[in-house]
Amino acid sequence: MNVLIFAESSEGNFKKAVFEAVSYGKQVAEGGEVVALCASAQMPSDDVLASLGTYGANKVLKSAIQEDRPAAMADVLASAAKEVNAEVIIVSNNYNGKSIAPAVAVALDASIATGVISVPDTANGFSVKRGVFSGKGFGHVALNGAVKVLAITPNTFAIQEGGSHASVSDFAASIGANAYQVKSSSIDKVQGKIPLTEAELVVSAGRGMKGPENWGMIEELASLLGAATACSKPVADMDWRPHEEHVGQTGITIKPNLYIAIGISGAIQHLAGVSSSKVIVVINKDPEAPFFKVADYGIVGDAFDVVPKLIEAAKVLKSAQ
Amino acid sequence: MSVVPDTTTKVTFTDNNTKFNTAGVQYIINPYDEMSLTRALELTEAQGGTVTVIHVGLADSEPSVRKALAIGAHEAVRINAEASDATLVAKEIANWAADKEFDLILTGRESIDYNGGMTGGLLAAHLGLPFVNVVSKLDINGGEATAVRDIDGGKETVQVMLPFVASAQKDLTEPRIPNMRGIMAARSKPLTVVDPGGASAKGQHQSYEMPPAKGAVQLIEPDNAAELISILHNEAKVI
Ligand SMILES: Cc1cc2nc3c(=O)[nH]c(=O)nc-3n(C[C@H](O)[C@H](O)[C@H](O)COP(=O)(O)OP(=O)(O)OC[C@H]3O[C@@H](n4cnc5c(N)ncnc54)[C@H](O)[C@@H]3O)c2cc1C
Ligand SMILES: Nc1ncnc2c1ncn2[C@@H]1O[C@H](COP(=O)(O)O)[C@@H](O)[C@H]1O
Repeated sequence: MNVLIFAESSEGNFKKAVFEAVSYGKQVAEGGEVVALCASAQMPSDDVLASLGTYGANKVLKSAIQEDRPAAMADVLASAAKEVNAEVIIVSNNYNGKSIAPAVAVALDASIATGVISVPDTANGFSVKRGVFSGKGFGHVALNGAVKVLAITPNTFAIQEGGSHASVSDFAASIGANAYQVKSSSIDKVQGKIPLTEAELVVSAGRGMKGPENWGMIEELASLLGAATACSKPVADMDWRPHEEHVGQTGITIKPNLYIAIGISGAIQHLAGVSSSKVIVVINKDPEAPFFKVADYGIVGDAFDVVPKLIEAAKVLKSAQ
Repeated sequence: MSVVPDTTTKVTFTDNNTKFNTAGVQYIINPYDEMSLTRALELTEAQGGTVTVIHVGLADSEPSVRKALAIGAHEAVRINAEASDATLVAKEIANWAADKEFDLILTGRESIDYNGGMTGGLLAAHLGLPFVNVVSKLDINGGEATAVRDIDGGKETVQVMLPFVASAQKDLTEPRIPNMRGIMAARSKPLTVVDPGGASAKGQHQSYEMPPAKGAVQLIEPDNAAELISILHNEAKVI
């Protein structure tokens, strides 16, 4: 089947999630055409675009838009899908992908699934596996539309290289009157730190840290490991830490390779946001803390004693690398 | 507004893992929808207007719809259809809303049960309205709104003219809880049940599975804390 992938660029480059999406698309296509589309106001160079061939794209379409608005990207993606007769359209399950996906689905009268964590099972119709109940289960959803829009979960699918260079061509799309109705007045990006939603390693801390003045060691450990920092809800509610660090049911859902939870009890609402992490480490002075039940590694001990030791060991490891 | 299992629900599946086990489950207003509702009330209290709650669902969700009236919504409408997927829900709401003149339509960022996060965007597309996703701040001044939305790696402040659709993220406001007066007042507020327009679903959850069981935790003595770093490096290979 023909597959179209939304290749989201950021400052003229592609992030890892795009390589994952193209590799995924190649698998889904099963020999059909794999087309990647980049709709951006800051278009990557043709070389960068063509490099998507490495991950399996046959063709890369580029479409310059006036401003990087999700509505404009959705218009371009939907018209490209018609142009290439795409049966499956793939976006990343991130904020931008999830802003675009529904508009594309309506334009194409397509089925839609978000939080997708499997390649489609086409043995009997078309179904994909996705996370449901905030990490407490998985569901298999059968999609009956002729066209399907899939938002795939980042850090889930392997990047597969081995393809060749893709052809790059311009794509002129019809952009609707609504595309630029939402105007951006300012963007506030996390500076000098790894954004939590993209982090592969996360060091997180909770009320066990006693107060905001004690986060120095959390930040030091995170920076030595190259990790982002996160926190539990009460910590954000008390303004010990910025709100965008709050993970869990009512915060951000993350799926890093490593999640280190320090002084966090492991309430069910907290686990909802982090339980899909590949490796979970828990440091808590209470051996009965529920978090230990979902942990791979744990230390029953006082954070104020344990964390400095981890920092020392991380320094040693870093200097050896 | 969607109605979902309480956040402390222990999730299990029945009928050979083809159904969510609703036995003993308490239902609540989706947390993000509580925030939308409260913000809508704050805006109308300051600037005039009314707040309508719309829910697609069967009669068993009516207690939560009543609760929304008790929190302060002026009226509620229930479209009497099973909310089998977001495609159906958004289409039903769009059909119903098409001939009404709302200045603002708020949804939640996602329902905490199926975590789809699609209904708001689908609805906006059906109605041909601008859509602002994952909004943690929303102010309206005359015919224009200013909103702060989450973007990958940060936040963006945007301006948009009314009417539009936005989806609520935490921090939008502190949700209100109903008081006795609100509960009494809710009894005489209109809760209209309307027939569905016949939209069909485009996705069906057919089976479920539990997350794989975790093996027992490997404990490291606090005195040997440094060992953790080498395990993560050599054994787990994550750092
Ligand atoms: C509707 C709803 C939604 C919610 N959403 C979220 C959410 O999204 N995210 C979230 O995190 N929570 C959420 N919660 C709150 C959740 O139920 C818990 O209250 C919260 O996660 C607890 O945070 P905590 O673990 O930091 O604090 P606590 O529960 O107070 O735990 C602190 C832990 O630190 C340990 N500790 C104390 N001192 C030390 C020390 N010196 N060294 C080591 N360990 C120490 C203690 O043993 C304890 O286990 C939600 C609740 C509700 C009702
Ligand atoms: N059955 C429903 N009736 C009314 N609104 C709904 C319904 N389901 C979802 N919504 C709205 O859409 C938002 C996102 O839901 P979802 O797309 O299911 O994750 C929810 O927070 C609600 O505001």
